[in-house]
Amino acid sequence: MREELLSIIEKNSRIDFKELAILLGAEEAEVLKELENLEKEGVICGYHTLINWEKTSIEKVTALIEVKVTPQRGQGFDKIAERIYNYPEVKAVYLISGGYDLLVTLEEKTLKEIAGFVSDKLSTLDSVLSTATHFVLKKYKDHGTVMNKKSTDEREVVTP
Amino acid sequence: MKRFLSEKVTELKPSGIRKFFDIVSEMKDAISLGVGEPDFDTPWHIRDEGIYALERGRTFYTSNSGLKDLRFEISEYLKRTQGLEYNPDNEIIVTVGGSEAIDIGLRAIINDGDEVIIPQPSYVSYEPCAILAGAKPVIINLKAENEFRLTPEELLAAITDKTKILILPYPNNPTGAIMEREDLEKIAKIIIEKDILVMSDEIYAALTYKEKHVSIAEIDGMKERTILINGFSKAYAMTGWRLGYACAPKELIQQMTKIHQFAIMCAPTTSQYAAISALKNGDADVENMRKAYNQRRRFLMNAFKEMKLECFEPFGAFYVFPSIKEFNMTSEEFATRLLMEEKVAIVPGTAFGDCGEGYLRISYAYSIESLKEAIGRLERFITRLRANK
Repeated sequence: MREELLSIIEKNSRIDFKELAILLGAEEAEVLKELENLEKEGVICGYHTLINWEKTSIEKVTALIEVKVTPQRGQGFDKIAERIYNYPEVKAVYLISGGYDLLVTLEEKTLKEIAGFVSDKLSTLDSVLSTATHFVLKKYKDHGTVMNKKSTDEREVVTP
Repeated sequence: MKRFLSEKVTELKPSGIRKFFDIVSEMKDAISLGVGEPDFDTPWHIRDEGIYALERGRTFYTSNSGLKDLRFEISEYLKRTQGLEYNPDNEIIVTVGGSEAIDIGLRAIINDGDEVIIPQPSYVSYEPCAILAGAKPVIINLKAENEFRLTPEELLAAITDKTKILILPYPNNPTGAIMEREDLEKIAKIIIEKDILVMSDEIYAALTYKEKHVSIAEIDGMKERTILINGFSKAYAMTGWRLGYACAPKELIQQMTKIHQFAIMCAPTTSQYAAISALKNGDADVENMRKAYNQRRRFLMNAFKEMKLECFEPFGAFYVFPSIKEFNMTSEEFATRLLMEEKVAIVPGTAFGDCGEGYLRISYAYSIESLKEAIGRLERFITRLRANK
């Protein structure tokens, strides 16, 4: 049940447990218990909303920053990653294989603020060797969802 | 003009679905639960393979029986899903949808006056195809109390010394019924004893919600008397690609290939290339779609329970087949009024045979959100009917 439950709420976190129980063919109490466990175990980390900010009048600038760092003895990349992810404007931090070490997603109101973050906060960290900042121009798809998709049913209304 | 037309064809009843379609298409804002095809788009890797085939200029005929690579992948697929061994060189033919396979399969075996046993309710084309092939259709009216499974008694009562073949349409459209191994074993015993053939239409084989689908061809002594029909439409959401296949003993495939060669030449080349990718890399897609259908099926069964609409639990395809006998209306009346009053299109059970009277086919090839809206309207309609009784 766990995998199927997760794949349902990954797409729709607002679904209530009664409906979940119906879709899964399980008892409501069972589903509630499982949700509780998943939260306790930290498998479910939050219930977020996917917002297409481009459709609002609110300005947002997103940047993906490649960061090269020197790993620290005994702590590897974890320590430096923590120093970066503690900034609230940092939306995501990944340790990456390949040409650089950390991929940082940053969200700010203006380009200037992003520039400020990179030059004042990020590059000045001791173990940061270099950064490369990429600005997001358009978001096509996020969290498996195509941002501007019109869903129309192209099928004939009645078919055998 | 009439004097020029074929009597056989003019005497064919037009499809009951067609009639209903004409009414529905007049209604602009109707929502539908009447569709017999998946709501999913064909998985991207399959479409991509089709595009790639076009880019490379793979735009010529293939061999009559279909691309060798595709036939090979079909044989691998049947081996891995059902443990069936078909020789890709001479026991498999790729057709234009499962529908063509039904047609040429029947035409390859029928002599004038042969009888074809057709259990109903079932897909609309068996009876006309049998008639066009020159056969006499013998209808078995399946019963709700048997969950619309074919029983040995029903089969025995329909067999005569003219019987050539039984059509076995499971998992079933429109009822959603399945036949399990023990059901099939009883049928197989009769088939062998009476020395007849089976055309097993397994187009919904990938969509079952209990045990894994069992083909009658898996049962001892049955492979040599079975025309197995399957295809890509339902499992891979590829209806518009028009691609299916038939597997049968080579003497039969040989004759079917002759008809196919003269009437069709070969199945669409682009679709054939795309289908190779479906079979090679599509297992996970099928599983994901199956899970989604199963959730919707549970949603509908629960909704019917809550509105006390009588319905046996179907374990296959993507249809439920609730009974509306409590309302003392024909299926067609019910469907028409539901359409007029609540703007929901549902296919009357009678479109799939006379014994579909008193039933509706509801398709769950729709998102949960669409189902919720439509079921809400159905419930309102039913409540009104009950109140006025």
